[in-house]
Amino acid sequence: MAPFSIYSFLGLGVPIIAVIYYAFQSEQGKPTLSNIALVTHGSYLLGFENSIVLALITSIVPGIIGLILAYAIATSRSATLKRLVATASGVLANFGGINLTFMFIATLGSTGILTAWLSAIHLNPWNFGFNLYSFYGVALVYLYFQVPLMVLVITPALGGLRPSWREAAENMGASSWGYWRYVGVPVLMPSVLGGMLLLFGSGFAAYATAETLTAGTVTLAPIQIGSLLAGNQLAGQENVGYAVGLGMFVVLAVTMILYGLVRRRASKWLR
Amino acid sequence: MTELVDATRIAGPAPAGARVSLEGLVRTYGATRALNGFSLAIEPGEFVALLGPSGCGKTTALRVLAGFERLDSGRVTVDGRDVSKVSAQHRDMGMVFQSYSLFPNMNALNNVAFGLRMRRQHATQRRQKAGELLELVGLSDQASKYPHQMSGGQQQRVALARALAIEPRVLLLDEPLSALDAKVRAELRDQIRQLQQRLAITTVFVTHDQEEALSMADRVCVMSAGRAEQTATPAALYSRPTTSFVAEFVGVSSRVPVESENGSVVLFGERCRIRASDVGLPDGPLDALLRPEDVTITPDETAKPFVTHKSFLGAITRVIVQVEGVAVRVDVRSDVAADIELGARVRVAVVSRDVLVAQRTATRPGSTQ
Repeated sequence: MAPFSIYSFLGLGVPIIAVIYYAFQSEQGKPTLSNIALVTHGSYLLGFENSIVLALITSIVPGIIGLILAYAIATSRSATLKRLVATASGVLANFGGINLTFMFIATLGSTGILTAWLSAIHLNPWNFGFNLYSFYGVALVYLYFQVPLMVLVITPALGGLRPSWREAAENMGASSWGYWRYVGVPVLMPSVLGGMLLLFGSGFAAYATAETLTAGTVTLAPIQIGSLLAGNQLAGQENVGYAVGLGMFVVLAVTMILYGLVRRRASKWLR
Repeated sequence: MTELVDATRIAGPAPAGARVSLEGLVRTYGATRALNGFSLAIEPGEFVALLGPSGCGKTTALRVLAGFERLDSGRVTVDGRDVSKVSAQHRDMGMVFQSYSLFPNMNALNNVAFGLRMRRQHATQRRQKAGELLELVGLSDQASKYPHQMSGGQQQRVALARALAIEPRVLLLDEPLSALDAKVRAELRDQIRQLQQRLAITTVFVTHDQEEALSMADRVCVMSAGRAEQTATPAALYSRPTTSFVAEFVGVSSRVPVESENGSVVLFGERCRIRASDVGLPDGPLDALLRPEDVTITPDETAKPFVTHKSFLGAITRVIVQVEGVAVRVDVRSDVAADIELGARVRVAVVSRDVLVAQRTATRPGSTQ
């Protein structure tokens, strides 16, 4: 317990204390609320809104896709397929940043391989309004690691659904629909919500992929922090960056509290 | 034990239990024949236990009856109607599972009411009936508890109430007591039996525990390799086993090597008749199967057999006697056994001159089962 506490304090506690300390400090080192006032208005507020919308899209859509995929795998009889998907998900869930961005540019960029193939059959997505370097382009790229992450998170919960629950329901006259409506879905719901909350956190805080894909043209909170701390926009705005960071911390803290609550319920049901 | 309320008040007058017939059931999994022509007829309101070692097909037979397993051949009838192709959803059979299998997202009351909800009963009616059934199993104070808040015994009683809620024509019990500790098991065993008798539901009970089967069932069907070895009342099964498998699986037997000649054998110096069911066996080397209570011992300094071990079992003590290299188990009244020392020489005799014999096993002759 003690080593973990020390690790948590150094890895999470110290940075959070630093963020809070500098967020309430002016450039001259005096206590102030002006940084907080600044980041709750204008472009910074837009950055939060965009980040939250992006996180919602990249938690709900991959959440549903990942759930369906995980269910298909969980009900498969092939142990090899299960192992393969578990390993692949573990790798792909951690595959992001510059490598992923480059892969998508090479594939679906305006001159990408897939774009060229689709052009050959007159289905070039760029001619239908698609833009990889936009907000929705970022959302599309996020799917690449969010779907495997959902598969990783939800597979144990699906494994916890006991076949005998289904048999008991059937035995008492329930149809397949009746089982899922009254037992399967309610039992899985805390785990699904928990998985989506994790995806929300992951999508909300991701930085490198969005930054390298859009070069900062999409207004997102993590990109704004990067710019502020690097002095790309205005010099001496580091403390505003810390204030944005504090806002992100608050959003993620709420997410993690909700995650803890739904996990507690899920762990009671799926022991 | 939990006090039971009048079951008929809740479930109404006892309905005539269904007559169930399993005819020539065959079920294979790859190269394994889980059921190999299994047949069993169950009378209305009868409590039948399927007893056998692991892998004998007893659970498969129950699952076939419930509609969870398809049949390769054979048929299942309930009151003469072939239900082999009817889904589990429409069989009207209540089942209690080994692992309780209560729905974790519902409290005890809603678990019990689930089947009534599926039958579209009005919410008020189903809550009332579920409450009454919880009272029936002595858990009316646990109605709002969730499964993870209840003990194993309580969960299994809720599962029993849930199975009874739909007023099933047949009640199926799949090793419902095996996950419980000994005290709770004994309590619930009595409770299940009393409920079954009051409600007169045709009941099939799967177990590998012979004590459970013999103490609860009207009849016991001993299964081996996917077939019924013998189906009989507990007393008949114990005292008149028709096969050596049954004799050895049910109760305790000692195998004593004998030579048969013209339908009789010599056992401990006395000539005994071979039991009618085994008369077909050829003359020659066989094993006599002896229950501990079929043998008596008397202290005798001049005798060769001697006592090697004693186990106190309450009113009786089980004594193991070495007779010409063969271990024979003998039940002796404990007050008598107290005077018999280890190593004491004893004279061994059989109580009945009518013995069950079996082909001599390839294992060490004279081993006890």
